[in-house]
Amino acid sequence: MAFDVSLEMTDSGIAKITLSGELDASVASMFKNKVEEAASLQAKRLVLLMQDLEYMSSAGLRALVFAKQKMGADVDIYVVGAQESVMETIQMTGFHHSIVALDSYDSDQIENI
Amino acid sequence: MERIDIYPTHIYEGYKLRPGRAYPFGATLVPGGVNFSIFSRHASYCVLVLFEKGSASPLIEIPFRGMFQKAESNEPVWGEFRIGNVFCMTVFDLDYESIEYGFRMDGPYSKVERGQPGQHRFDPSKILMDPYAKAIGGREVWGHPPDWNDCYHHRSRLVYDDFDWEGDRPLEIPLEDLVIYEMHVRSFTRHPSAGVKHPGTFAAIREKIPYLKELGVNCIELMPIYEFDEFENSRIHPDTGELLMNYWGYSTVGFFAPKAGYAATGKSKDGTQVADELKTLIKELHKNGIEVMLDVVFNHTAEGNEYGPIISFRGIDNVTYYMLTPEGYYYNFSGTGNTLNCNNPIVRNMVLECLRYWAAEYHIDGFRFDLAAILGRDPWGAPLPNPPLLEALAFDPILGKCKLIAEAWDAGGLYQVGSFPAYGRWAEWNGKYRDDVRKFLKGDMGLAGAMSQRLQGSPDLYAWGNRGPTASINFITCHDGFTLYDLVAYNGKHNEANGENNNDGGNDNHSWNCGWEGPSTDPAVNELRCRQMKNAIAMLMVSQGVPMILAGDELANTQDGNNNAYCHDSELSWLNWTQLESNADLFRFVKNCIAFRMAHPVLRSKTHFTNRDYVGSGYADITWHGTQAWNADWSGTNRSVAFMLCGKHAKGGTVVDNYVYVAMNMYWDTLPFTLPGLPDELKWHVFVNTGAPSPQDSWQPGSEPLLDDQSRFVVGGRSVVILVGK
Repeated sequence: MAFDVSLEMTDSGIAKITLSGELDASVASMFKNKVEEAASLQAKRLVLLMQDLEYMSSAGLRALVFAKQKMGADVDIYVVGAQESVMETIQMTGFHHSIVALDSYDSDQIENI
Repeated sequence: MERIDIYPTHIYEGYKLRPGRAYPFGATLVPGGVNFSIFSRHASYCVLVLFEKGSASPLIEIPFRGMFQKAESNEPVWGEFRIGNVFCMTVFDLDYESIEYGFRMDGPYSKVERGQPGQHRFDPSKILMDPYAKAIGGREVWGHPPDWNDCYHHRSRLVYDDFDWEGDRPLEIPLEDLVIYEMHVRSFTRHPSAGVKHPGTFAAIREKIPYLKELGVNCIELMPIYEFDEFENSRIHPDTGELLMNYWGYSTVGFFAPKAGYAATGKSKDGTQVADELKTLIKELHKNGIEVMLDVVFNHTAEGNEYGPIISFRGIDNVTYYMLTPEGYYYNFSGTGNTLNCNNPIVRNMVLECLRYWAAEYHIDGFRFDLAAILGRDPWGAPLPNPPLLEALAFDPILGKCKLIAEAWDAGGLYQVGSFPAYGRWAEWNGKYRDDVRKFLKGDMGLAGAMSQRLQGSPDLYAWGNRGPTASINFITCHDGFTLYDLVAYNGKHNEANGENNNDGGNDNHSWNCGWEGPSTDPAVNELRCRQMKNAIAMLMVSQGVPMILAGDELANTQDGNNNAYCHDSELSWLNWTQLESNADLFRFVKNCIAFRMAHPVLRSKTHFTNRDYVGSGYADITWHGTQAWNADWSGTNRSVAFMLCGKHAKGGTVVDNYVYVAMNMYWDTLPFTLPGLPDELKWHVFVNTGAPSPQDSWQPGSEPLLDDQSRFVVGGRSVVILVGK
């Protein structure tokens, strides 16, 4: 499945990036562009909706770190609904320390700014 | 500002190229492409071979010399991408995550058949792994049988080497303050009882960091993690049917790549993820105050002798990389078929660059060099008085704070414990410490003199060369030989499971089975074994120098008497974590002893004792005693030693510590020891008495009970007592 990424910005300053398909080196820049866009809009939270993301390579993992660095330490990054294999990749490589993982979108937690 | 040289100049079958950069060697990600650079002094022809990851046949083969097309006009043009003896080419628009690469090489020499001697072994039918490959595929999932018909077994891969270290840097813990814990990555967590998500991997060690913290060690030494082939010389045991493997991995395939099969992420076939997993482990260990040392094997490679496979070096430049006889046979100072030509300038640079890479890119804190005496031999095998490689490592700026530890002997008979060229940097695995302590432990007579040296950091071996106690890595057990439990449970080795008729493994174990060979139901035998293990740990932890523990010894781990379990990927090798419960008593004892060492700088001197009082405390820094205080017994029939350390001399008198008194009675019966008197304001407290039942055998440092009789201690047979004066 081809990679796709979209950004939605809520009125309360939450940036929601929906990822689908396979995130590898050939498309990682698309994801990074959306992160930069969210940062330029001064997002207070970054939510990565990953239900339909099937694969994440090391380039994808780097995009997560890039997001953390770009958004700043004060902006929490939520990874929502990541498939088991993707979550496992994030954990095995230690990148789970940089994000908050949620099984599903929890508005109480995410939108309580 | 962008570079002005990131455009292609040549095209070869649709692939865009330009002359590459000779340095650095290996494959380097550059803007828009990948730079490939490989040395060969004797090859006349070289081809870059690219694969789609895992493919049976190449995607493209691009020669470094031949006819190309001009990029701007498609006109034919002759080109040669070589500078000096380095073939170098940049290829554009490669997806670094999905390709693997190798080389073919040829030279103006007649082909040498397998099994025949020869100086040059060029064979353009073979695809060669890059010696500088940062990731290697082909064995990425441990134990998955390889396709023996594969045209390319160990596949060079590309790594994106950035990493979010979050400010981490090597810990630089002073060598004298280290407690090293030697472990095999897979053995440590492979057993089902380990209770980890990805058994036998780097990620699993991360899960065990709380355990290491509780134990109290501050350095783990990983047995080889450079890419190796667990199927090298694999075979089926004729009697048991067990698959015997190259389990330990003392046979390097690629020096720059972590063993992918040790990574939970190995199955992803993504070398960068493997690197990330290992770097994350190192970062987390550092966060917890634990250093990481690598056991590195530069004395030989996995290519074996004349009959071995062509993997990389021998097909690239055999005569440069290996020590050869005039007839073209491989010198075998390593005992494994070949010997890396470490004091050839090319190979020397490779070793240096490799270690720099691991220190800089992986934040490795130190290295232990397997059969390091080989690194001091010249290309014909003669020991060098001033070996350039050892000197270069000692003075290297990037390795400037790394620990450098030598296994100061080799299989060719060069034994350099005490005389390894140190340049003020090198420490040694002290084999004499191991042997003397083992002999003393089992009750041999006349060891008091030798023990006095071993307990002081072996000044007899090191002081003459102005080397302090930290030159001595003290160990009683290591991966090579018996585990601590087996040392007190077996008189002889039991290596039948190795399929070599029990001929392999050392015979000089200096072990004693405490009255019964192997497992025993006799409570007296088992109690004595437990006590002997505690005695050993106590001796190790009060010795000056740097203590090293073999992983699992704190749990009485056994290998069923096998003293050379190099080939077993089975419960024989795996650490059984249920012992943490069944041997909780021993674990607690070891933990207390490590904590005691950490709490008392007087046990961790950087310089040798002087046997005099240079701070005006009224006591010399170290004093020797016997069953009578101040009256040491150095006779040939004695089996006991006692000494006292003056706390006011701790760390050369720069730190004030408690006094420590140790009595070691390896005689089988009790002996009364009169105690040296302390300054008036101090009293003796009991930290360890291995003759007492648990939990009175040891105390948490700081909670030691006051000794009732301050003038005398009756030490049980085969027991150690440690008192602290405070």
